[in-house]
Amino acid sequence: MATTYKLISSVTVGSGGAAYMEFTSIPQTYTDLNLVFSGRNTSSGDWFSLSFNGSSSNFTGRIIFANGAGVYSYTRNADEQGVIPNSSTTANTFGNGSLYIPNYTGSSNKSYSIDSITENNATTAYMTILAGLWSSSAAITSIRMTISANTFAQYSTAYLYGISNA
Amino acid sequence: MATKIIVDCSTGVTTEVELTAAEIAEREAMAAEYATQKAAEDAAVAAKAAAKASAEAKLAALGLSTDEIAAL
Repeated sequence: MATTYKLISSVTVGSGGAAYMEFTSIPQTYTDLNLVFSGRNTSSGDWFSLSFNGSSSNFTGRIIFANGAGVYSYTRNADEQGVIPNSSTTANTFGNGSLYIPNYTGSSNKSYSIDSITENNATTAYMTILAGLWSSSAAITSIRMTISANTFAQYSTAYLYGISNA
Repeated sequence: MATKIIVDCSTGVTTEVELTAAEIAEREAMAAEYATQKAAEDAAVAAKAAAKASAEAKLAALGLSTDEIAAL
């Protein structure tokens, strides 16, 4: 781990759950960002979505998805960027993952990657790796994670780190 | 009412607020898209599993053992 790996901010979901976890006013003083998260869905659905600067447009990507029975590859926009356990998985287990964004302050399009897994004491559990691109010249100043229709369960967390000279 | 948690990284202040009408509409659209995409992906997974089972059955009919099929 780089010695300049610093925690910018973190969030922990409270008892009511949350539809979005969002970081705003991200400082522009690092070279890369790393968002490390742990989450669980309060209902059905395994996927979370992403937006930068309040926009879910101009996202493209490719994801490799495995479920214990096979491996699959799909194209992606801003939706279904990675997985977290849903309410039918083993109780009180949380998945985890990591979003990495190099050169988030630059004027070139922003590449990023996400790895994520669910936790489930059963035959079926999911893991994903995504290579994504946000086609925008804007520096990333905010990041939002959301789950389609449902909410992040209490104790879901996200930690945003800044990395200098990565 | 669904809420969102916002962390202002410049101040470290965390706030929890209700979703706007636009955000609710966005989530409903996402849910519909999710359902469509999930159905397609589930169908692809099922098709691949069925093809695998069919291939294994055909190999077994040719005389390959379970171990031999698994070794392929």
